[in-house]
Amino acid sequence: MGVRYIGAEVQRMEDPRLITGHGRYVDDITLEGMLHAAFLRASHAHAKIRAIDTSRAAALPGVHRVFTHVDLGPQYSHRMNQLYPAPVIEQDRTQYPLAKDEVCYVGEAVAVVVADSRAIAEDAVALIDVDYEVLPAVVNVMTALDDGAPLAHADMNSNLMGRMRSQFGDIEDAFAKADHVFSAAFMQHRGGCHSMETRGCIGRDDPWGDGLTLWTSAQSPYLIRRALGKWLDEPEERVRVIAPDVGGGFGPKAGFYPEEIVIPLVARFMERPVKWIEDRREHFMSTTTQRDQHWDLEVACTSEGKILGLRGKITHENGAFVPYGILLPNSSLTPLPGAYSIPAIDVGVDIVFTNTVPNSPVRGAGRPNGIYAVERMIQTVSRELGIAPDEVRRRNYVRPDQMPYETGATLRGGVPCVYDSGNYEALLDKVLELADYNDFPARQAAARAEGRYLGIGISSCIEDTGMGPYEGTTVRVEASGKVAVRTGAASQGQGHHTMIAMIVAEQVGVSPEDILFESADTAKFSHGVGTIGSRVAANVGPSAFDAATQVREKALKLAAEVLEASEADLDIEDGVVRVNGAPDLSITLGELAVQLSPPSAMRVPAGFDPLLEATSFDGSSGSPIACGSNVAEVEVDPATGEVRVLRYSVAHDCGVMINPIVVKGQIEGGVVHGIGNALFERMIYDDQGQPLTTNYGEYLLPLASEMPRIDITHMETPSPLNSLGVKGAGEGGTIPAAAAVVAAIENALEDFGVEIDYYPVDPQYLTELIDKGAAEAAE
Amino acid sequence: MADTRDITLTVNGESHTATAETRTSLGDFLRHTIGLTGTHMGCEHGVCGACTVLLDGEAVRSCLMLAVQANGHEVTTIEGLANADGTLSPLQEAFWEHHGLQCGFCTPGMLTSLTAFLRDHPDADEKEIREAISGNICRCTGYQGIVNAALDAAKTMQEG
Amino acid sequence: MKPAPFTYHDPTTADEAVALLAQHEDSKVLAGGQSLMPMLNMRFVVPDHVIDLNGIEGIAGIRDARDTLEIGAMTRQRDLMRDGTIAEKAPIIPGALNWVGHFQTRNRGTIGGSLCHLDPAAELPCLMAAYDATLTVQGPDGARAVPFAEWPLAYMMPSIGPDEILTAVSVPCWSGNVGHGFVEYARRHGDFAIVAVAALLAVEGGKISRAAISLGGVDVRPLRLDAAEAALVGEAPGADTFRAAAELARGIDAMSDAYVSSEYRQRLAATLTERALNAAANNLNGSA
Ligand SMILES: Cc1cc2nc3c(=O)[nH]c(=O)nc-3n(C[C@@H](O)[C@H](O)[C@H](O)COP(=O)(O)OP(=O)(O)OC[C@H]3O[C@@H](n4cnc5c(N)ncnc54)[C@H](O)[C@@H]3O)c2cc1C
Ligand code: FES
Ligand code: FES
Repeated sequence: MGVRYIGAEVQRMEDPRLITGHGRYVDDITLEGMLHAAFLRASHAHAKIRAIDTSRAAALPGVHRVFTHVDLGPQYSHRMNQLYPAPVIEQDRTQYPLAKDEVCYVGEAVAVVVADSRAIAEDAVALIDVDYEVLPAVVNVMTALDDGAPLAHADMNSNLMGRMRSQFGDIEDAFAKADHVFSAAFMQHRGGCHSMETRGCIGRDDPWGDGLTLWTSAQSPYLIRRALGKWLDEPEERVRVIAPDVGGGFGPKAGFYPEEIVIPLVARFMERPVKWIEDRREHFMSTTTQRDQHWDLEVACTSEGKILGLRGKITHENGAFVPYGILLPNSSLTPLPGAYSIPAIDVGVDIVFTNTVPNSPVRGAGRPNGIYAVERMIQTVSRELGIAPDEVRRRNYVRPDQMPYETGATLRGGVPCVYDSGNYEALLDKVLELADYNDFPARQAAARAEGRYLGIGISSCIEDTGMGPYEGTTVRVEASGKVAVRTGAASQGQGHHTMIAMIVAEQVGVSPEDILFESADTAKFSHGVGTIGSRVAANVGPSAFDAATQVREKALKLAAEVLEASEADLDIEDGVVRVNGAPDLSITLGELAVQLSPPSAMRVPAGFDPLLEATSFDGSSGSPIACGSNVAEVEVDPATGEVRVLRYSVAHDCGVMINPIVVKGQIEGGVVHGIGNALFERMIYDDQGQPLTTNYGEYLLPLASEMPRIDITHMETPSPLNSLGVKGAGEGGTIPAAAAVVAAIENALEDFGVEIDYYPVDPQYLTELIDKGAAEAAE
Repeated sequence: MADTRDITLTVNGESHTATAETRTSLGDFLRHTIGLTGTHMGCEHGVCGACTVLLDGEAVRSCLMLAVQANGHEVTTIEGLANADGTLSPLQEAFWEHHGLQCGFCTPGMLTSLTAFLRDHPDADEKEIREAISGNICRCTGYQGIVNAALDAAKTMQEG
Repeated sequence: MKPAPFTYHDPTTADEAVALLAQHEDSKVLAGGQSLMPMLNMRFVVPDHVIDLNGIEGIAGIRDARDTLEIGAMTRQRDLMRDGTIAEKAPIIPGALNWVGHFQTRNRGTIGGSLCHLDPAAELPCLMAAYDATLTVQGPDGARAVPFAEWPLAYMMPSIGPDEILTAVSVPCWSGNVGHGFVEYARRHGDFAIVAVAALLAVEGGKISRAAISLGGVDVRPLRLDAAEAALVGEAPGADTFRAAAELARGIDAMSDAYVSSEYRQRLAATLTERALNAAANNLNGSA
């Protein structure tokens, strides 16, 4: 075996391009004759469209055409497809690519202008007159199911999209047997995508040539191809979708958007390429977000703090449409026992329409919510019973000897959720050590003597990763000796190129620099799924490994014939096959590839096909379950309510790490996203459904200045579910973070008896809790 | 009629002359008129910092300047940060080594901002570096790789 | 997010700028652009004409006229921070500027722009209120001087006509045994403050002889805490005195909005005033 790359800290192959300004993002692409589009978007959260007058806009010099719903023609007058149909959806509702007669959220696309420049297109948008009849809007998810609440869609009779439930074990028995039952209710708010590159796409139609091509800043080009083909009622083979460099995705770019229909369609009508780049205000109004989820839970436990059961209800804000099935509410339920063995669970979720932008998963999807809920209940038990938070966790963790552990819950697709491997208590020990947890009381006391309030909080999580069914890879040795690698998996910065190059290079016996990597272009690789839910490493990893192994075997077999040696004596290093012990006998991989593909009239070696190539769809045989324990240390200023995260420690286990640099980066970015959720990011609507936070002065993303240094330690418990032993790592930083930070704040403010029932925790809210606590203590 | 001006400016040492509408931002001008797409527009309202370029050596938001205002000035973009011989600058090297980028969208602003900042504050510590890039949002990295890269580059630059 | 079309003018003298303003009805003056450009990009303002002040000679720069700093309106915030005279005579200014946006925005943003934009939470207006600065405004009929107390007319509305520009600011420096404190609370570094407090103290013979406390973010304009200032004069500087004076800030009329309640602003006003006064007392002696 040649050089080992898996597990090595390899600098990314993507970077030289990106640090010199030579990336190729959608807006960097210019096509001959390209026009520019801007959308008119609904300015009301709920209204009937009586009439649209585009005449002034169309007359503006530089404007080519203006399209509304009717202008797309009867052939294109249907609603978008449901990407993920599910029986629990009682009222399914997707939008029209351009609104027909009713708008249901501010930001819904109503018309599109195609012009010589984006600036002119925007000038024209301002000249479109829409006659709206404003309807009452429903905004507050907590009252949306009340009698008499306004309806999100005029033709529906309730705002209930559907109900689902996670139910296992004997919940009645658990609560009957319990020494204690405690309850807690809390709101969880998670914000939007806010990838630094907004969405955007270019459509081009070449009916006599390549067909329809869509360049789009997206996570799942194959899903878009299929959905677009289906919506257009055209063979998807005539639709090509390319995700070029993508400046971050985080979930909201994993779907299929109205613009991804409208732009290629108007390009077809105009017979010219058309570009649309979402601006940041549009991103706030029309890119899916996650938003509110209200939890009302009860926990049954013994006096020793052993949890017997968990039950309750979630109210989930769905937004106005259902572009994405029930992925998000479902993923809030599936992690429910968390890292703990809880024998009985019964939690239901009401999925509720509101007149706000549709929702979709954002980094972690519902997992941060589910884990937050479980961790809150652990904290509740700890507080109520006076048992230390780490101890309550120890008493409840799933133990290594219980692995594989079937929780009782079902994952997406109806398969049982099984924890494949991991040692949760050992992980806790590691993080406590990293965080100097045992010395914290001394730090806290010293600070208190100076009038400063420090607090510490723990959070443990599991993460189901590597969702199937596959993500394939083709590996081919080219005549030049370079190795072409192609996969469907789109990257939004996770470093897929490097990861896959490392796996293939190690297996084939070349250097990662010899890999010619192409991905996320439906014309270059037959089929793929998409980059969501920390699924790529556990799917592409094994397929790349398998395809590369097949190529290696094929190369060795052929080389053995050519060199007249036994395969067992051969090794490949640096692209050259050598015979051990006979240094003069060698052949390069490129030469082997040439031998397999001779010119006309020559023969392909018997028993071979002409390509030194293999394709694999090997993946994981289940969902590898990653896990982590985090500790946040905070300081709270009771006078202002300011919270500063001083220190943040992570112990994480995502199985075998292919490239520790990349794993570290994923965790750091994830943690900061989670801290942003806990303390900063809040998408606010007024009671008419007008979004208020539509710029980066008002919507607070985490900045370097407020973020702590993050210390990370790893365990590597290989997953038995795939050939590499890997588990996903993309969301493990985000999932536990909010729970750790909130627990730390409560710990800092123990004197005031502060119990937090809402995040993001803003300072004003905290001062109100502090004052209340101080007043109660004074009584 | 659209209000236009002929604009001549030096970008990365090369002189460019072009006609632009006066309402065109410097960022859009660099990207779409001159074709230097390394500068990124992330918010167009001055907060994200992705569009940062050096104007006569000082870091500025190219979304908050009109192209016409750069007439006669010198602009450096991410494409112009490498050493004259084409090798990476110490800061670029450090970004590569310390995983200072993931999707790369914030990277042009991070690199231009830190190039100017470290030139003026070669002894900057972690806190100062974090404050310096508080006007540059990164959604991917959690900033740690960027901060590590900046600290390391500062060291290299001082030794060199 | 592209600005609506406008006609661009780049005058080279203040007179020319004023004449252009008089000539073109719907026009907007462009200084550093750090507030105006976002509003243009978002089409919150759609002027027919943009008059760029960046090419005008003689309205940028810092001049030390005995104990008054004469600061040109187009002086960049960066230059205020780097200037030796300001650092010596009014060190509260460079310190407070650290809170104004980010170094990239300060490289363009000007003192005049900030005073004309007049965001209620902006640091520079808050400082100018503390100093009782005088602003020089030039119009078709020549220049006039406006004391800062008369500058803000209403929310983000300075006392300046559509055909006038701000050309200079005079800041009367304090002399003697002077201390200064600037404290603000914003959610993140570089954000507009929720509440900002600038405090200046002069001490003679162990007693406070003069005090200025200016609050940003609590009202539509910077608010001077006259009652607290009066209460301080004649007292010896000390933690209890400061706490008592700061408590007067809790009673102010504070605005509320979708994000922040007036009670919270009052709380911050009291807390931060106390901290600013303590900071000022801590750097008395020579450092002013
Ligand atoms: C990300 C970010 C963060 C920021 N944070 C802060 C902060 O924390 N605190 C803060 O105070 N500011 C902050 N700002 C705004 C600050 O940077 C601006 O510099 C300031 O508000 C305006 O100054 P300017 O020179 O850029 O003026 P411009 O934006 O050019 O003009 C602002 C307004 O004043 C008018 N005007 C400007 N100069 C004159 C003149 N001489 N005569 C007449 N009218 C004039 C203009 O017509 C316009 O209406 C921030 C900006 C950004 C982009
Ligand atoms: S694009 Fe200029 S700061 Fe965001
Ligand atoms: S690397 Fe993606 S935004 Fe910074």
